[in-house]
Amino acid sequence: MRAPSNRLMSAHLLRRRFLDIIGWGFSALAFLLLGSAMVWILVTIFLRGITALSLEALTHVTSGTSGGLLNAIEGTVVLAVGGLMLAVPPGLAAGIYLSMFDTGRLAPTIRFLADVLVGVPSIVIGYFGYITMVVTLGWQFSVAAGSVALAIICLPYICRTSEMAINQVPRGVRESAYALGAGDARVALSICVRMALPGILTGTLLAFAISVGETAPLLYTAGWSNYLWNGHITREPIGYLTYAIWAFITEPFSGAHALAYAAALFVTFFVLVISILSRMVIDGRKNGARRNGGWAWRGRGR
Amino acid sequence: MDNSLAGGAAAGKRRFSCPLEDSRPGALSPLLCRLGRMSSGVMNFRRLTALLGSMVAGSLIAIVVFLTVYAWPAVRLNGFRFLINNNWNLGSLYGNPVTVHGQQILPGAHYGILFLIVGTLLSTLIALFIAVPVGIGTAVFLAEGIPPLMRPWFSFLVELLAAIPSVVYGLWGYVVLIPFLGHHLFPFMAKWLGFLPFFGGSTGSGYGLLTAGLVLTLMIVPLITATLRDALVSQPVALRECAMALGASRFETVRLVLLPGVRRVLVGSSILATGRALGETMAVLMVSGNALNYLPANIYTPISTMASFIVSQLDSALQDPTGMAVRSLAEVALVLCLISIFVNGLARVLLYYEGRRNVRTK
Repeated sequence: MRAPSNRLMSAHLLRRRFLDIIGWGFSALAFLLLGSAMVWILVTIFLRGITALSLEALTHVTSGTSGGLLNAIEGTVVLAVGGLMLAVPPGLAAGIYLSMFDTGRLAPTIRFLADVLVGVPSIVIGYFGYITMVVTLGWQFSVAAGSVALAIICLPYICRTSEMAINQVPRGVRESAYALGAGDARVALSICVRMALPGILTGTLLAFAISVGETAPLLYTAGWSNYLWNGHITREPIGYLTYAIWAFITEPFSGAHALAYAAALFVTFFVLVISILSRMVIDGRKNGARRNGGWAWRGRGR
Repeated sequence: MDNSLAGGAAAGKRRFSCPLEDSRPGALSPLLCRLGRMSSGVMNFRRLTALLGSMVAGSLIAIVVFLTVYAWPAVRLNGFRFLINNNWNLGSLYGNPVTVHGQQILPGAHYGILFLIVGTLLSTLIALFIAVPVGIGTAVFLAEGIPPLMRPWFSFLVELLAAIPSVVYGLWGYVVLIPFLGHHLFPFMAKWLGFLPFFGGSTGSGYGLLTAGLVLTLMIVPLITATLRDALVSQPVALRECAMALGASRFETVRLVLLPGVRRVLVGSSILATGRALGETMAVLMVSGNALNYLPANIYTPISTMASFIVSQLDSALQDPTGMAVRSLAEVALVLCLISIFVNGLARVLLYYEGRRNVRTK
C-alpha cells in the first residue's frame, strides 16, 4: 500500500521539480538574452565609436560626407534646448493642474490625451510639423519647426512626470500653506514645485535625452545643414547628430562611416549618462518616486 | 467700543500678511504676488494652469485635425481602395496632370498601401510573439529570481534597452545584425526549419521581415518587463506566504498565484508595446529592406512599414507637381496616427481599470 503511493508521490514531485527547473531556466535565459543584446549593442557602439573618434570630429563642421560634427553637435543642443523651452512651461503647468486642481472633467481628459499623445509615433508628429509649419506657415526647414516638433514629443513626458512628482508632496503641507493664507500660485510654485523639484528636473532631463535621440520628427522639420547655426529661427535648416548616423552609415565611404560611428557614440553616451544620473536621483529618493523615471521611457515608437 | 473694535479689525486686516509672503530680495515674491492678485479677475492661477495644460491635449487634437484637413483631397480621391490595393505609383512625372474625381493627379498615379499595412502588422506580430514570453520570463527573473538588493541594477540593464535611441538600433542592426543574420542564422534556419510554412525559401541578404521583427522585439521588451516586474513586486506578500504555506515551490507561487494576478497588466503593457512597435521608424527603416508594392513571401522577405515609408518616400513624393503624393503620404500618417491612438487608448483604459481594481481591493 505504501510503496505505490510513495512512487506516485515521487513521480509527482519529479514532475513538479522538472517544471520548476524549466521555468527558472527559461526566465534566466530570457534575461541573459536581453542583457547580452544590450551589452552587444553598447560594446559595438563604443568600440567603433572610439576608434572613429578624432579631434577633427569635435572641432570642424561637416563638408559633404567628411570633416567633423561640430555643426551637428551644436544643432542637436539648439534643437533640444529649444524644444524644452517650449515644452516646460505648458508641461509644468499641466502637471500642476493635474496634481493640484483635479476637480472637473478637464483633468482626466488631459491625463488620458497626454497618455495617448505619448504613443503617437514620432514620424507622425514630424509629418504634422512638415505640413503645418514647413509648408503652410512657410517656415521651411528650420530651428523653429524642429523645436516645436520636439516640444510636442516632450510635452506629455514633462506633464506626467511633474504630476507624479507633485503628487509626492504631502497633502498636509499643501493644506498648511493654504491655512496660512497663501494663494494658489504661491502654494503651487513656492511649496509644491520647490519640494518636487528633483522629480521635475529628472523628468525634464529625461525629456532632454529623448529629444537628443530623436530622428524621425526632425528629418522633415529641421532638415540638414553643413554649417554652424547662424541664429535665424526660420527659413534656415540646421544639422543634428542623429541625422548624421542615419545618412552617413549608408554612404560608401569609410570617412562617412567614421562620422556616423562618432555621432552614435556621442548620442549613446549622452543618453547613458542621463539615464544613470536620473536612476541615481530616483534611487536616492526611495519609495514611490522611482516610478517617474521608469515611466518616461515607455510608450512611443521613435 | 464699537469703533475701537472695528478699528482694531480693520487695522488687523491691514497689518495681517501671510507669513509666506516675505519680501526677501531676489525671491520670486513680486511675481508671485502679482500672480496671486490676478485671482480677482477672469484669469486666476488655476485657470492659467488649466489653459496651459490644455495645450497638451490640444496638440494631439491639432495633429489629428490638421492631418485630416491636409489629407482630405487624397482621402476623397483614394477612397477605401487606399487600404486594400497594392500599388503605390506616383504616375508619369513628366505627363500633364489629369482630373480624376475632381482632383488633379498625374497620369497613371495610384495610391494603395496594402503592402505597408501587411508589413507593419506582420513585423509587429513577430515582435510581440517573441517579446511577450521573453518579457514575462525576464520580469519573473527580476522580480522573484534574484535578491532584492541586486534588482535595481539588473533591471536597469534591461530598461536601458528602452533608452537607446531608435537610430542607434538601426545602426547596430545595419552594421552588425544584418551580416550575422543574412550570412549565418537565416541560411541555417531555412535549412533546418524550412519544412515550416514561411520559414523556407530564399533568405535574401538579411534585410527583411524577421530582422525588423527582431530589432522591434529588443525595443519593446523593456516596456513589458518593466511594467510587469513592478506589478509582480507589488503583489501582496500575504499571497506568496499563503501559496508557500500550501506547499507550493517558489516557481509554482509565481506560475499559479502571482502571474494570474497580473494578467490584465500583461495585456495592457503588451498593447502599449504593440503601439510602440507599430510606430517605430528609424530602426525599421534601416533594417527592413524598404520593399515597394509586394507582399512578403516568407519571413526573410524585405518589407516596408507605414512609419518608415513616410520617411523613405517624402523626397520622391515632392517631385509630384500636383501635390497629391504628399497628401497621400499625409493619409498614411493619418491612418498610422489613428491606429496608434486606438491602440494606446485601449491600453490606457485597461490599465486604468486595473489600477482602480487594485485601489478598491487594498
